[in-house]
Amino acid sequence: MATLHTRSAARLMIAPSVLLLLAWMIVPLALTIYFSFLRYNLLMPGMEEFAGFSNYSYFLTDPAFFQAIFNTLAIVLGVLFITVIGGIALALLLDQPMFGQGIVRILVIAPFLIMPTVAALVWKNMFMNPVNGLFAWVAKLFGLQPFDFLANAPLLSVILIVAWQWLPFATLILLTALQSLDEEQKEAAQMDGAGAWSRFIYLVLPHLSRAITVVILIQTIFLLSVFAEILVTTNGGPGTQSTNLTFLVYAQALLQFDVGGASAGGIIAVILANIVAFFLMRMIGKTLEA
Amino acid sequence: MGSITLSKVSKVFGAHAVIPSIDLDINNGEFVVFVGPSGCGKSTLLRLIAGLEDVSDGDIVIDGKNATELPPAQRGLSMVFQSYALYPHMSVRSNIAFPLKMAGEDKAVIDKKVADAARVLNLTDYLDRKPRQLSGGQRQRVAIGRAIVRQPKAFLFDEPLSNLDAALRVNMRLEISQLHQDLKTTMIYVTHDQVEAMTMADKIVVLNRGRIEQVGSPLELYHKPDNLFVAGFIGSPRMNFVNGAAAAAHQAHTMGIRPEHLALSKDSGAWQGTVGVAEHLGSDTFLHVNVDGIGTVTARVSGDFAVTHGDRVFLTPDPQRVHRFDDKGLAIR
Repeated sequence: MATLHTRSAARLMIAPSVLLLLAWMIVPLALTIYFSFLRYNLLMPGMEEFAGFSNYSYFLTDPAFFQAIFNTLAIVLGVLFITVIGGIALALLLDQPMFGQGIVRILVIAPFLIMPTVAALVWKNMFMNPVNGLFAWVAKLFGLQPFDFLANAPLLSVILIVAWQWLPFATLILLTALQSLDEEQKEAAQMDGAGAWSRFIYLVLPHLSRAITVVILIQTIFLLSVFAEILVTTNGGPGTQSTNLTFLVYAQALLQFDVGGASAGGIIAVILANIVAFFLMRMIGKTLEA
Repeated sequence: MGSITLSKVSKVFGAHAVIPSIDLDINNGEFVVFVGPSGCGKSTLLRLIAGLEDVSDGDIVIDGKNATELPPAQRGLSMVFQSYALYPHMSVRSNIAFPLKMAGEDKAVIDKKVADAARVLNLTDYLDRKPRQLSGGQRQRVAIGRAIVRQPKAFLFDEPLSNLDAALRVNMRLEISQLHQDLKTTMIYVTHDQVEAMTMADKIVVLNRGRIEQVGSPLELYHKPDNLFVAGFIGSPRMNFVNGAAAAAHQAHTMGIRPEHLALSKDSGAWQGTVGVAEHLGSDTFLHVNVDGIGTVTARVSGDFAVTHGDRVFLTPDPQRVHRFDDKGLAIR
C-alpha cells in the first residue's frame, strides 16, 4: 500500500465486500425494527397495523422479561466463573509433563466438538435423569434420594451443561498462553525464593491475564445467546425459571405467534448486548493495551 | 563466605552423559569463568550449582555445607539469566524487590535496599518503568540489581552479555568487573566468548564435552596450555597448529605457535609463503599466509605491514614461544 494509486485501488477492491456485509447487517436489523412497531400475529395474517411502542411496553412489563434478564446474566456469569477457574486449573494440570499427554489433551478438547443439542441431550438423559441418570445411580449407591436436576435446579443444570461445553475452549486458550511463559522467568522466580503458590500469583496469573480477557470476551458473546441447551433440556421451564432473553424472544415469536412482540424483544436484546459490550470493552481494553 | 566445591559431580540426560564427572574448587571472592564451545556443558554445570537441575551423582558443597539436595532458593545464590528473565508486568522497583518480598522482609528494609541497589547500578531514574521500556543494557542492570539485593554468597551469570550489541558488551563487561571489585563476592560466569573470559576472570575453567580441560588464571592458560584444545580455544586469532616435518624439527607431534609470535619479514625467514588475505586493522595487521609445505598460517603484526594478496613473505616462529604437543594432544614441557 505504498502509493496513493495502490491505496485507492485497494479501497475499490474492498468496496463490494464492505457493501455486502453492510447490507447483510442492515436489512435484518431494519426489518426487525419495522416489525417491532407492528401488531403482527401469525395467527392473524394480513391484519398488521402500526402499533407504536405498545410491543415494547408489553415486553418490558412482562414479568418473564426480568426473570429472563436475570437468567441471562446468571448463565453468562456462572459459566464464565466455572470455565475461567476450571480452565486455569486444567491448563496448569495439562502443562505438566505426563504419560499419554497427547491423548489426554484430545479428550479434554472433545466436549467442544460435540454440538450443543447432542451435549444437552446426553446430559439430560444419561447424567441428570432422576431414574436412569448416572448421578441418580451414584446417589442411590450411597442410599440417597436421587436429585431431579432439571426440575429442581433448572438454571443451575443449564449453567453446568454450558460450562462443560465451554471448558475446553477456555482450557485450550489458557494452556497455549501458559506454554508461552518464559522458562527462565520461572527459574528466576525459583532462585528468588518464590514457592509454587507465589509463582502462580506473581508470575503465571499476570502472564495469563491477556488470555483470560480473550476467554471472557469471546465467551460472553456466545453465552448471551445460549439457546439449544435450554430448548432441549428444560424448554425454559419450569415456568420461566430457565428462560433467558434469547429463549423468551423465541417463545414470543414461535410459541405465542407474536412476531411484533418478539421483534421488540429482539431489539431490546440487541440494546442490552451493546450495553454489556460497551462495559466489557472498556474493562478489557485496558488489559489488552498493556 | 562464598566458597563452592564440586566433587565428582555428574549429570546424565537419558543415556547421554552431559557431564561425566567434575571436581572443582571455587574460592571465596573469586571471579571464575566457565568457558567452552556451545554444548560443552558449561550452562548445565552452572544450573547444577544453582539447583535448577538435579545432579545425577556427586556433591555440591557451598560455604562448607552440603547443598546437593537443597532447593535453589536455599542455596543463597543469585543468578542472572541470558534473557534477563525480568518479570514483564512488574516495574523495575518491584522486580528488584521481588526476592526480598519473597523472603518476607520489612517494607522499609526493602525500600532501602532497592534504593541502594538502584544507586549502585544507575537505575534510580528508571525505578517506576516497566522492563519493556528499558534498553538492553538497562534490563541487564535490573537483572543484576535483582541479584545483588539478596546479598548472596555467590553470583551466577549465564551468558549475560550475549544479547547485547558489541559496544554495550564491552561497557557491561567493565561494569561487571567493577561490581566484582566493589562487592568482592564470588562470581561464576558462563560464556563462550574467550575474550570475556580473558578480560574478566581470576580463574578460567575451560570445558569441553563435559570435561574440564584446564583450570588456571588467564595468563597461565595463554602461556601454558595443557593441551591442543585449550591452546586453540584461548587467544584470538587462534593458535596455528603445524604437523609433520616442521613439528618434528621441534621434537613434537604437533607444534603450536600463536599469530603474534611469528616474526614477519619480506626478505628472509624460516618459512616462506604467499599472502592469502591481509586484514588491516590499523593497530594490527592479520595475515593469512599459505606457507609452502605447511598450509595456512595466521600471523599478526603490530601496526602496518604493507602487503597484499599474492605477495611473498617470510615467517619465523619465536623459538621461546613454540608450544609442543605429543600425539595425544597433550603439552610437552
